[in-house]
Amino acid sequence: MNSMNHVVQFGTEEDVQVLMEKRRHNGTLWQAVFMFSVSLAMLFLIMLIFSVVNTTFGYVVLVNEVESSTLIAQKDSVSSFTRAELEQVAFSRLSAGILRRVEYEKPIADRSDEELIALIEQYIIKPKVRKTWGLWDSLFNKIEIDRYMAENEGSYAVFRSWVNSSFLVADQSSDPLNAGIRTALFGSLWIILVTLVFAFPIGVGAAIYLEEYAKDNRFNRALQLNIFNLSAVPSIIYGLLGLAVFVRAMEPITSGALILGIEDSTANGRTILSGGLTLGLLVLPIIIINTQEALKAVPDSLRMSSYGVGATKWQTVWNHVLPASFDRILTGTILALSRAFGETAPLVVIGASTFISIDPSGIFSKFTTLPTQIYQWSARPQGAYRNLASAAIVCLLILLLIMNSTAIYLRARINRKKRLEA
Amino acid sequence: MSVKAYEVNMPFVGAKSAENPIIEMKDVDIYYGDFQAVKKISMEILERHITAFIGPSGCGKSTVLRSINRMNDLIPNARLEGYVLFNGYDLYDERVDPVLIRRRIGMVFQKPNPFPKSIYENIAWGARINGYKGDMDELVQTSLQSAALWDEVKDKLKKGALQLSGGQQQRLCIARALAVFPEIILMDEPASALDPIATGRIEELILDLKTKYTIIIVTHNMGQASRLSDYTAFFMVDENRTGYLEEFGDTEQVFLNPRNKKTEEYISGKFG
Ligand SMILES: Nc1ncnc2c1ncn2[C@@H]1O[C@H](COP(=O)(O)OP(=O)(O)O)[C@@H](O)[C@H]1O
Ligand SMILES: [Mg+2]
Repeated sequence: MNSMNHVVQFGTEEDVQVLMEKRRHNGTLWQAVFMFSVSLAMLFLIMLIFSVVNTTFGYVVLVNEVESSTLIAQKDSVSSFTRAELEQVAFSRLSAGILRRVEYEKPIADRSDEELIALIEQYIIKPKVRKTWGLWDSLFNKIEIDRYMAENEGSYAVFRSWVNSSFLVADQSSDPLNAGIRTALFGSLWIILVTLVFAFPIGVGAAIYLEEYAKDNRFNRALQLNIFNLSAVPSIIYGLLGLAVFVRAMEPITSGALILGIEDSTANGRTILSGGLTLGLLVLPIIIINTQEALKAVPDSLRMSSYGVGATKWQTVWNHVLPASFDRILTGTILALSRAFGETAPLVVIGASTFISIDPSGIFSKFTTLPTQIYQWSARPQGAYRNLASAAIVCLLILLLIMNSTAIYLRARINRKKRLEA
Repeated sequence: MSVKAYEVNMPFVGAKSAENPIIEMKDVDIYYGDFQAVKKISMEILERHITAFIGPSGCGKSTVLRSINRMNDLIPNARLEGYVLFNGYDLYDERVDPVLIRRRIGMVFQKPNPFPKSIYENIAWGARINGYKGDMDELVQTSLQSAALWDEVKDKLKKGALQLSGGQQQRLCIARALAVFPEIILMDEPASALDPIATGRIEELILDLKTKYTIIIVTHNMGQASRLSDYTAFFMVDENRTGYLEEFGDTEQVFLNPRNKKTEEYISGKFG
């Protein structure tokens, strides 16, 4: 083609340049828009993390119910007590009931100094939270904290990390300084286990049926449409369904009365089993759809090569299709479970306990979960509960992060194994 | 045409002769939903011969090929009318289980598609699921030898099959088909995804296999069809895009002395 033709088809050099300029400009504009969206998302994420971290650490101003100097003269801190003084105070000041329980759990003589100090602080000194400050104020607004202390006789400030080892192992308590999430953590883990055991086999099975067996007829198309719709139903509606079906209608089963013969159950069907089944229903459509996508991604040529040597449908699915899609199925399931892990509304609706300090012992126990606990703490008016809620959020986020990383790790591992074998 | 009464085994009894074709098609129409893909296909395929299907794209070669081992059953909405006889038995009798047919009528696809497993497992799996009772190591070796692949892979049987080259993968697929003791091997453009050298090796292999197996091969390569086949089926499409058999006969006759003007044009490269 000669240059004359070129001009006829694409215009003069100038035309080409003008158009090119416009095309470049267009590209740059869109790039800027996308960058802005990403920056905005990052900004909100940073704000979220900042706000959580801010309320998880910081100064707490406390007032003691009993000053240590009134226990042992001229000693301003329990930590300066001698061993003899610690034991003496413990025996003389603890109420008879508490003393008996403490001695039963572990004799005072056998306890270390640190354990005795903690014991005396919790039961005798009884520091009470007056006011809490966030990390930001603690670092940059210490003056205000000092002023507050000056105004309040006998108050003192302690820098506190609300996430700490005792927070993880303590159960619920009306005293924010001693409250923890152990019960909620166990509740969450139990529930997620029930959800997994219920939703994984059914979800994967349903997906295999729909993808590999179901004929393309009106009934199956309606079924598919329904599953899509179910995955978009708000979670609170699953809560109402769970309340009606698992808690009320199936109470004899979900309370354990029918199976274990538990008669005095106070749970009334508001058990881990009910909660797990409700969340199972919630994630079922997600697992089904995800598994279907995973099965769709398996090339048909693999199925054909299996049928070609005389395999049945089930042999094809079990030996070739499932192994080829297992990584996706697994990661999708873990992600669905992490969604269930963070659900609050349906569990509140079916009646997660507001205050229990007994660890769940099985699927027929009453329960509370981490998100429910966060919800309840954040609804309290006292400031210290907000710090507890934040600390629990940190724990929840870390757990979710672990779950999601596990998903990514497993996927990479299975993929590598597949590549090596193939 | 006479159809024998249903038997699970459908044994081959006739001698190797034109009176007893291993496959006989009579007025076969195949539909995908409302669309008629091929019409009125009638032909006879002789045992231990190579039959080539040629014709322009979309004329239904693959469709007819798949109907011989009932692979079309796997396509939703696919439907067949007419008769396909295997050793004289109706392949589409409602009592026939396609799974049993596909062991006896194997298939090799256009794109090499070994299982994403070890070389050994690629061969052994089909035999195992079909209840093979003999020595598996031996079967793997003989199958690979028959597919002219043994020497290249004997030291890495436990290695993954996808690490082989395209041509090796295709020979592995042939070995895989051989390992379940088929009577017929259907090949749908088995060399079209391969380079000329690999293609040459596959062609040699196919000629070797003719002594033991009946082979039907779809090919776009006229040279390949004339080099390999004993019989040639030339397909065409009508104005409704429905395929039909334009000419069927001795390869030599079809290529050198076509009865049909369209066949002559196609073979000489005027269209297609
Ligand atoms: N799975 C299918 N569903 C619907 N139509 C199909 C399918 N496979 C093939 N066809 C149609 O059937 C006709 C014949 O196709 P095919 O047998 O693949 O031809 P060839 O192998 O000769 O190129 C074509 O018109 C094609 O569009
Ligand atoms: Mg084809």
